[in-house]
Amino acid sequence: MAPPPHRRPGFSRKAQYSLFATYVIAIAGTVVAALLLVVSIADPAGFAALRAAGAEVTAPVARFFNSVRRTSRDIGGNLSAYFDAASKNAALTKEVAASRTKLIEARALRVENARLRGLLKLQEETAEQVVVARLISSTASSTRRIATLSVGSNYGVERAQPVRGPSGLIGRVIESGPTTARVLLVTDAENLVPVMRASDGLPAFSTGLGNGLVVIKPLNLGESPFKVGDIIVTSGNGGLYQPNIPFARVIRKTNDGALARPLADPANTPYAMVMRAYQGEARTAQQSIAPDGAVQEVVE
Amino acid sequence: MKSPVTAIRLPLRPGREYESRFDREPSTLKMLAIPIASIMFGSMVTTLPVFTAQPLLPPFGLLMFLAWRLMRPGLLPVWSGVPFGLFDDIFSGQPFGSAGLLWSLAMLTVEIIDSRAIWRDHLQDWLIASLLIAAALLGGLWIASLAHAAPSPVVLLPQIMLSILLYPLVVRICARLDSWRLAT
Repeated sequence: MAPPPHRRPGFSRKAQYSLFATYVIAIAGTVVAALLLVVSIADPAGFAALRAAGAEVTAPVARFFNSVRRTSRDIGGNLSAYFDAASKNAALTKEVAASRTKLIEARALRVENARLRGLLKLQEETAEQVVVARLISSTASSTRRIATLSVGSNYGVERAQPVRGPSGLIGRVIESGPTTARVLLVTDAENLVPVMRASDGLPAFSTGLGNGLVVIKPLNLGESPFKVGDIIVTSGNGGLYQPNIPFARVIRKTNDGALARPLADPANTPYAMVMRAYQGEARTAQQSIAPDGAVQEVVE
Repeated sequence: MKSPVTAIRLPLRPGREYESRFDREPSTLKMLAIPIASIMFGSMVTTLPVFTAQPLLPPFGLLMFLAWRLMRPGLLPVWSGVPFGLFDDIFSGQPFGSAGLLWSLAMLTVEIIDSRAIWRDHLQDWLIASLLIAAALLGGLWIASLAHAAPSPVVLLPQIMLSILLYPLVVRICARLDSWRLAT
């Protein structure tokens, strides 16, 4: 459709000036937006209140649709469970018998572990959970991988608390509103997680790629020591994530590291557990010297 | 005399039956609210529980905005990219101000194109929208990379393709909304 002929508004001075004014406002608005952008790049948490307000307003809708999604998926699972009940029962019985001996061994190991820790006088710092919640939405249209959590500071969720699901690490809290919080997923390019290989404790770092995968880089330089199928767990370095949270499985070896797929899928995790920061006191001391936002991460 | 009943119809808006059928004016509130609300709802689509491994959900707010702009030139003022963009920033996860800047630049670009190519058909509008969508998404990635570590632009390709292919559908929705908006 052709634009209306507002470009030449005739001889009316008033019309000419008001047309000119819209262009002035448009360009001034663009400049203001650019300035806001500069402010938000300099201070990423600066507009957190605005985003939290937006998330609060839309949270009821998100919660509703999330429960609908969940229920519909459960119906499918329950129906299919009826059809292979007998074969599944047999398989599970076999599995229980096999894992019983493993369980007893693990119990003995735990007792021995506690005894050895007692001998060494190691103080065990367990990362207790703050709250169990659900992920209700995510930034599916942006390159940043951020999910919204269904609880916020009303349940004690704070910034820089790790979030995990039953199958593995999901991310960490970056902003906390009254009843919602925003979680930076491990697949975000900014999320750096200290990890290790589960089999031998080889230390490494994980960075998100933004496409559902993470890149694992070992601390030692040299040829990549990883093999396809290696299980990566968190190492507990840095004092934020508790050690031995299942993290990812290596799917491809690269020259200097490996590509891995996180074990926890935010779309399918039944719940998300917000944990207290592992070694929170040490981390507080470290934060008072070099806070997270003040130190620039090196962009590769 | 009463007209015979030929079909069973629900009496929509019974109050209007006694008004004049000539020279009706469309409601000013509806004329203003429908474009504004549709763009805002497009921006708020990200609050639905959609979890994707990579950016895949098309930026429906931007699609709606471009569709209204290209379908009804002169309806949205030239400066409207800034407020709509800033509203989109609240929900998109981008640094605040990124869509405010990019949508406003898109609006000014369409304004320049309007002064050059006046009579256009749908395919040309689609081409313009495609270029603007790709530019806005890549620009958003570039802005995000200024603020944080960001992934490589390759991850945006599926989203750009999906957004370009969904644009005609959004134009259809806009056209339906437009006929509802102007109905008397």
